[in-house]
This record gives sequence, structure tokens and C-alpha cells, in this order.
Amino acid sequence: MKALVWHGKEDIRYDTVSDPAIEHPRDAIIKVTSCAICGSDLHLFHNLVPAMLPGDIMGHETMGEVVEVGSDAKGSLKKGDRVVIPFTIQCGECDQCRRGNFSVCERTNRKKALGDKAFGHATAGLFGYTHLTGGYPGGQAEYLRVPFADTTHIKVPGGIDDEKLLFLSDIQPGDTVAVWGCGPVGQMTIRSAILLGAEQVIAIDHLPERLSMAAAAGAITIDFMQESVVDRLNALTDGKGPHKCIDAVGTESHVDFGQPDTVLDRAKQMLMAENDRPHVLREMIYVCRPGGVISIIGVYLGLVDKIPMGQAMNKGLTFRMAQAHVPRWTGDLLRRIEDGQIDPSFVITHKVDLSKGPEMYATFRDKADGCVKVMLQP
Amino acid sequence: MPLTNVTGVARSEGDPRVQRKGPSSLTGPDRLARALGWFSVGLGLAELAAPGRLARALGLDDKEGLIRAYGARELASAVPTLSIDKPIGLAARIGGDALDLATLAPALHRDNPKRHNAAIAAALVAGITLLDIAAFKGVKAAHRRDGGAARDYSDRSGLPRGAAASRGLARKDFDIPPDYRAEGTVADAIPALPS
Ligand SMILES: [Zn+2]
Ligand SMILES: [Zn+2]
Repeated sequence: MKALVWHGKEDIRYDTVSDPAIEHPRDAIIKVTSCAICGSDLHLFHNLVPAMLPGDIMGHETMGEVVEVGSDAKGSLKKGDRVVIPFTIQCGECDQCRRGNFSVCERTNRKKALGDKAFGHATAGLFGYTHLTGGYPGGQAEYLRVPFADTTHIKVPGGIDDEKLLFLSDIQPGDTVAVWGCGPVGQMTIRSAILLGAEQVIAIDHLPERLSMAAAAGAITIDFMQESVVDRLNALTDGKGPHKCIDAVGTESHVDFGQPDTVLDRAKQMLMAENDRPHVLREMIYVCRPGGVISIIGVYLGLVDKIPMGQAMNKGLTFRMAQAHVPRWTGDLLRRIEDGQIDPSFVITHKVDLSKGPEMYATFRDKADGCVKVMLQP
Repeated sequence: MPLTNVTGVARSEGDPRVQRKGPSSLTGPDRLARALGWFSVGLGLAELAAPGRLARALGLDDKEGLIRAYGARELASAVPTLSIDKPIGLAARIGGDALDLATLAPALHRDNPKRHNAAIAAALVAGITLLDIAAFKGVKAAHRRDGGAARDYSDRSGLPRGAAASRGLARKDFDIPPDYRAEGTVADAIPALPS
């Protein structure tokens, strides 16, 4: 089959690979109908995530049709079922899964020893990601083997376009005021905040086309290249700062001399003295209202420097963060999509054949051609 | 043996293996920049390790210290050239090429017995300079943010009922799980006293 394969920094190829096969009775094989490139795929593209190996298949936002089912998964899946595959693999039985903390499932990381070493305690197995999370082949391919398939799927009805459903694989609701980053995750966060009735939703970015998309949903926009984020946020909140701050940027914040800390972080990153550029985190801690909540969905990878713990502690901030516990929200989201409350397809700006994958990685990274979200179809 | 076969040992039996490689996301200029970056590493190490031999070969006997410093400079420009911020590294390399040529110029003088070596070195540096310039221009052109800012997505609300009518739509029936409630934080623990 064809697949998008990681070969090294900035080197993603459209390769011919062998077909996946059922390995375990709980496995299923799906024929991929649509998949997407995620912002966190760019961290892999930039080789910032440790323990990727040449030959790894990319992709963790996938949907398709079931073509083969292992004997133990037959109870809940059958040939022909239309499914969205969450990026987290979950067993559904362990302590964490039973609490709904699916992204830290205790049993699905098949390289648990490696994960334990890296994170203290291993997290769940993830598709198309580092070997620290199991090194499972991803879904930017024609076929995907889904381990623990009886619990790792979201069944979706026919009659709704892939475009509307695909992002069930990778979004999480937010209930906040200020959102840093207007990429696909930021855009979904803004819509969630609006639907949940936030008083004002403030969107921060510097790309005019992304800010226009944020404004379309009713967000107030701040272009951080044009004005001071801190001043404007304070002005919008009677000088008190936003009560809730969401980081939808993560490790690769925009590098600019206007935000000198990002230049220093970038230099350290090149010398492998720091993993992430936590500019947004620093700004959120600074501007957040005392007693407020800092929420992190943008991906961080490893060690960060110069986090103002003094400000955070003295202001009594609460930190929330996780890889999304996808299946916790998908039932509710699917219902709202069917009900016409939200249509996530608004975020797709590029829909192309899987074979165009390698060049689309560059387009998405360069933010060229107004690219916000790429959908690929084998 | 291809690298992807070696890394196969980290995979399970059912995992797909690469059979035939296809087109890559790396463009020609990207590859050229990468080659120049590794060239910088090699030259830099040579200049750091054997500045005396290089100086004598070029008839620049008094410039040993300078050549060692240039070695450090090469390594410093190699880091960004090999990173995703290639234009910065390539610009630094082009500046370094100019310095190299300026340093070699006096060695081309008639009374330098090693002037032939110096001439070869100058020709090499000139050639590399052209490659650096080509790579710089190529990388810049390949990774432009073309036409992005001109796009207007004001019509993409994603909210079929309109932005205003959607505000709070999910409020009435969305059950925030107890461990996701943002109330009960320090700010909200005690209701505000009437002022
Ligand atoms: Zn993702
Ligand atoms: Zn589990």
C-alpha cells in the first residue's frame, strides 16, 4: 500500500510499504477514507520529538471503513462499519481508562519500558507518533491496523461527510476566554468556548487569514505583531486579565525579535539545550488573572527553561493539561455535529490526494497558500 | 542496507515495512543547504584541528589563530544551516565566504611561494559562495508564505446557526465532568462578598 513515511527532519515520503496484518485478536484493519495532517505532525516533521525512526508511518487523525476484524473485536465491530479512529489507543479496562483518562491508558503503549524511562510513567499508545508512545504506524496511509480496536474507535453514521467527522479524532472542548494560536486546534477551541457560552472569546495569532477565521465565529482578535497582547487583554478585562487562558500553540511558538525570549529559545533548541519554546506559557502565566486557570492543549515535548513559577505560585494559578482524552467528548460532539450546532469542516482549507502529502507538509509548515488544515484522501 | 531496514528491528511483525521509497518533501534547495551545512562541519573541524598546517599550506603562516577562529565560525553557521531555519545559516555562510576571500586575497600576491595553493583555495571558496547564494535563494523561494495573508476566511464560522445564535448553545446540555470543572479554583472557592 501507499503511505506517508518519516525518513528524517523535513523528509516525509510517499512510499510503497507492506500491508498491515491482524496481529492480535483485538485488532482490526481499516481502509482509510480520509486522514489529516495535524500541527503536532509538524513537530515530527521538524524532528523535535525524540525516538522517531526512519520508516515510521505518519498520521493520527484518521477515519475509514472496517475491512478485517480480529476474533476478540467482533463483538463491537464488523466489516463495513464506518469509524473514526482516535489518536489515542485505549484498552478500556485499566484504571485510567475506567476514569476516562484515555490518553494515559496504562496498557496500550507497547514500548512501556521506554515510555516509563522518558515520562516517569508511560502514557497511552498513540498512532503515528514517537516510539516513546509505542511507535504504532499511523493513518496517513491506505490501510491502518487498529490495536485494541474493540475500544479504540468511534462508530459514525453514514450520510455525514468525512469532512465533518474527521476531527472527532483530535479535539477537546474548552471553556475559556483567551486562546493563544488560531491553528485548527485554536479554531475548534474558539467554537467550543462560544458554544459553551463564554462571555468573550479572545483569539491571538499573527496570520490575518487565521484571525479572520477566528473572527468568523465571534471571537475578538489580537494580532501579536501589531499590538501588545498583555495590554490588550488587560484592556478587555478591566485591567484584571483573562480568567482562563488556553495554549493552543505549544512547543513551536513564532520566533520573532519582537518576542526576544523566542529567539533565545530557538538558539537553545538548535544547540539541543532546550526542547520547547514556551513563550505562550510565560505570557499566559504573566497575564492570567490571579486565581485563574491555565490550560494547555498545544503539545510540549520535553524540558523548558525560564518558566516563572514565582508568578504562577503567588497568583494561585491552576494548571490543566493533557493530550485529549478523545472518546470522552466524541459522543457529545457527534451529536452536536448531527444536530447542526457545529460543522468542523470549516477548518479544512486544502483537500488533496494522499500522494500530495509530502509537499502538503511543507505548505502547511510554511503556512503558504492560506493553509490552515490539510485533509488527505488515499 | 537501507536505514529503514535497520530500524525494522524496532517494529512488530505486522507493522508495514518500506518496500519502495517515493517522492520526498525535501526540495532540491533543501538538500543543497543540508550538504553545505555538513561541508561547514567538516571544514570547521579541520580548521579547528589543524590550523597550522592549513596556514602553512596557504602561505598564511601568521594567520593560525585567525584560521582557528574561522573554524569556530564554520561550526556556528553549520548549526542553523542544518536546522529548519536554513536561510539564517546560509546568510551567515555567505558572510563567512566573503571573510574567507578577503583573508585569502593577500596570499595570492606574487611573492607568496604558496600562491598556487592559495589560488586553488580562493577558487574553491568562490565556487562554494555561488552554491551558498543559490541555496539561500532557492530555500527562500521554496518556502515563501505565498498568498496566505490575502485569504479571507470570514465566511468560515463553522457554526451553522450563525455566530450570535450559537453563543451558549451547548451550555444547557453539556455536562462538564467533575474533574474538568473550572469552578472550585482558588478564585471561585468563596463567593464574592457584596461590596
Ligand atoms: Zn494531532
Ligand atoms: Zn487503558
